[in-house]
Amino acid sequence: MDIKHLVKMANQIGDFFAAYPNRDETVQSIAVHLKNSWDPRMRRQIIDYVERSGGADLKPIVRDAVRALEMPQQIAAEVPGDD
Amino acid sequence: MLSISDKDYGTPPRNASGMVELEIDGRPVSAPAGTSVMRAAAMLGVSVPKLCATDSLEPYGSCRLCLVEIEGRKGYPASCTTPVEPGMKVRTQTPRVADLRRNVMELYISDHPLDCLTCPANGNCELQDMAGVVGLRQVRYGYDGSNHLDAPKDESNPYFTFDPSKCIVCARCVRACEEIQGTFALTIDGRGFGSVISPGQNGPFMDSECVSCGACVQACPTATLTEKSLIEKGQAEHSIVTTCGYCGVGCSFKAEMKGNEVVRMVPNKDGMPNHGHSCVKGRFAWGYATHPDRVLKPMVRDSIEEPWREASWEEAIARAAAGIKRVQRKYGRGAVGGITSSRCTNEETYLVQKMMRAALGTNNVDTCARVCHSPTGYGLKTAFGTSAGTQDFDSVLKADVVMVIGANPTEAHPVFASIMKRRLRQGAQLIVVDPRRIELVKSPHIAAAYHLPVRPGGNVALINAMAHVVVTEGLVDEEFVRERCEGPDFELWKSFITQPHNSPEAVAEIIGVPARDIRGAARLYASAGNAVIYYGLGVTEHSQGSTMVLGMANLAMATGNLGRDGVGVNPLRGQNNVQGSCDMGSFPHELTGYRHISDPVVREMFEREWGVKLDPEPGLRIPNMFDAALDGSFKALYVEGEDIAQSDPNSSHVIAALRAMEFVVVQDIFMNETAKYAHVFLPGSSFLEKNGTFTNSERRISLVRKAIPPLAGKEDWEITAALSNALGYPMQYRHPSEIMDEIARLTPTFAGVSYDKLERLGSVQWPCNDAAPQGTPVMHVGKFVRGKGKFTLTEYVPTDERTGPRYPLLLTTGRVLTQYNVGTQTRRTANVLWHSEDRLEIHPHDAEQRGIRDGDWVSVSSRAGAITLRALVTERVAPGVVYTTFHHPETGTNVVTTENSDWATNCPEYKVTAVQVMPLPAGRVPKGRQPIPAQLAAAK
Repeated sequence: MDIKHLVKMANQIGDFFAAYPNRDETVQSIAVHLKNSWDPRMRRQIIDYVERSGGADLKPIVRDAVRALEMPQQIAAEVPGDD
Repeated sequence: MLSISDKDYGTPPRNASGMVELEIDGRPVSAPAGTSVMRAAAMLGVSVPKLCATDSLEPYGSCRLCLVEIEGRKGYPASCTTPVEPGMKVRTQTPRVADLRRNVMELYISDHPLDCLTCPANGNCELQDMAGVVGLRQVRYGYDGSNHLDAPKDESNPYFTFDPSKCIVCARCVRACEEIQGTFALTIDGRGFGSVISPGQNGPFMDSECVSCGACVQACPTATLTEKSLIEKGQAEHSIVTTCGYCGVGCSFKAEMKGNEVVRMVPNKDGMPNHGHSCVKGRFAWGYATHPDRVLKPMVRDSIEEPWREASWEEAIARAAAGIKRVQRKYGRGAVGGITSSRCTNEETYLVQKMMRAALGTNNVDTCARVCHSPTGYGLKTAFGTSAGTQDFDSVLKADVVMVIGANPTEAHPVFASIMKRRLRQGAQLIVVDPRRIELVKSPHIAAAYHLPVRPGGNVALINAMAHVVVTEGLVDEEFVRERCEGPDFELWKSFITQPHNSPEAVAEIIGVPARDIRGAARLYASAGNAVIYYGLGVTEHSQGSTMVLGMANLAMATGNLGRDGVGVNPLRGQNNVQGSCDMGSFPHELTGYRHISDPVVREMFEREWGVKLDPEPGLRIPNMFDAALDGSFKALYVEGEDIAQSDPNSSHVIAALRAMEFVVVQDIFMNETAKYAHVFLPGSSFLEKNGTFTNSERRISLVRKAIPPLAGKEDWEITAALSNALGYPMQYRHPSEIMDEIARLTPTFAGVSYDKLERLGSVQWPCNDAAPQGTPVMHVGKFVRGKGKFTLTEYVPTDERTGPRYPLLLTTGRVLTQYNVGTQTRRTANVLWHSEDRLEIHPHDAEQRGIRDGDWVSVSSRAGAITLRALVTERVAPGVVYTTFHHPETGTNVVTTENSDWATNCPEYKVTAVQVMPLPAGRVPKGRQPIPAQLAAAK
């Protein structure tokens, strides 16, 4: 997916939680939101982006939140119903 | 004309707690204080003759037919205007009142055409009935005197006729327009014998303020106001109670039928959302269901470049299943997904998400609520613990202050607007937050105390500023906050909201609302007693849509306006089943009842019931599906009832995504824009052709009953079940009631819901379970669903979509009364006579600067694209803001809207698009667009 778009979306999430004074909790809230609402391929891509390029276009709290995310497991390959 | 099966008590019920004992015709009766003698008699089963009285209207006392004798009283009082009194002894049938009634009827009939056998009201005419009841045998005055028999008929309205020759001037139509609808379009012109009913300034109905709600037609006791469909088809022989297929009010209707043909749709007096009222869409615009454009055979093709060919159901379903499986085998199980519409029933949306999760092993399922009210789900769940409005509709009748934010109820939720307007006429105060001067701001007998014309994108700054006033001026309901809300969260919020940058003075210029008005509105809301918020897509469809929902929740909690009648925070849902489709687990991250897919306990319950292992990860949301399609990881889509190519933002992006997919299945009643990119088309059924349930904006679950057999042979739930079976996951439901039983087994808030109960009670509002077996009209009484209410910090973050030299105006969008969403249904009805094209509203100042005159063709361009439409120069919009609707595909409004979206939910920011507007060269009409008169002629 377009990484610029994902970066923008992630930064928007960061903008919301940035109002909270405790930085650690803010980072945690951003990570939880990403985990709960982003499909694994989106999370994989943003984690890749941070790991490979350092995630310069992400706001610092968002970058830290992405670093706190676990890389989602690859989706099961088999198609339901196929034996 | 009343419904064929309604009992009419003559005057409305009274809710007084004290009961009055009296005697009518020698029989004792007990009635609430304030009840009319007429109604008390009806409660006993005694019908007093009447013409000007009906139980949907306040008593009027003009026809003099309901006279009775009361022991100890002089004369013959009208039973409709006489309240019951203790010990009263009433006689409804005496020789003297019989004479008087007969004399009255003689006068009426002396000026009435004697064409009963050919009159459309024949068989359901109150005048005819009363002539029979009073024993009219002669008219001593003859028929040659002055009369109104030659009065010309007004056929201007496409749905009903006005034949003044049959009018008895009982004023039921005038009173219905005033009391029920609140439009005041009708009046009685002239005096005495010269009195006539007059729409507007004595012109035709179509030129008056009439909104064609049908209240006058329903109230009319003769054939003066009659549905054209009834004139054409004759009286119905049976009726079926069902639920409207349009907006989120979810009105209850009686489909009056002759065999399998609908004669008319009559609002159900016993329907809880609407209490017998309706709007022009639900009442009259149902003809689309049998429109020749309906696709009645499954269609298939190998590529979107090929023409469609008809196929059997078996072939189409097999192809759909094979195509989806092929994509999954090639690209993985996450390469497919499904989208449902909020026009689908609960059972249909439930089945689609079940099929996606269980049959296809993916959570890539979403519903069109994504692009309208998903921020409501996020915000209200975070603050209160559940994703739904807090009140029932009738609660507004207890409100002292009504704040309407980003909603236009008189256009989009007209029946609820009528209830709200009644309360406002009774004296409740009104605050309107809207960039446009919507009708509510000033309408007959209603004037908003405050209209805050917030600049598009400025909602959060405004709600924060109001909360700032509440806290800094000591207007917080300290006891409510202390007892009902999380203390530490409130303290944190308090220190945030009192910061100077949240003050009205700091934000006034940014959002275009004077600070004194923000302060005034905040004081009014906080000091009201009962203050309630109703909001719409003008709140949610923003990059900060979820933040705004949280901001409203903060304000309501801080002022203690939750947990009782007359208060609350209430989304007005755009489509009939937005609430229901969200409840049914249609979001990719949630199972039914808003429980996250990652919750192992919940997931295990579903896995047990469904017999499969579920993916614990959230799936793709609608906008994510488009993005993933363009990057090649999403390749097949099943869309039921939703026209994403027209209704989702940045149409070019959506179409590119659809083109990038290898296999698309569309299930709809019409060949819509999305179907242009589909490989299999499965013909669906309209709301008249199926069984199921809808859940309206007040969480009310109502039955949708099949009035006619599905024209294409299958109800939509049957199609999904057939597809699931073909995919190898058996679904063997025999009736949607079995699907609801499964939903109830899996969903605590629906645990007490069953079709049996819905048949018995008419409808129920969830939560409906052991704790609330009759349902829950008002939520969060005594305790929030989440326990304590949660205050959230709501920092204002301006949208990226900003004006500049290239795009200096802000475009916002909305809808009109007579059309519905992308117009698939309403454009195929006579409603196009009111709205045949989308127009661009532009302020005179902005128009003059650009040399634009009213009616000129203009181009509207944004970063996403450009469209052309005609200008409507009006002060309804503020300078710097333009507005249009999105009902007509040739306008392509969503070509210009962008993919900006809400931070929490990806709900698109339809309401803020920076645009430039320029006139087209004089005389140039865009290709394929007709001038208006030709369009109207075609519609007629």
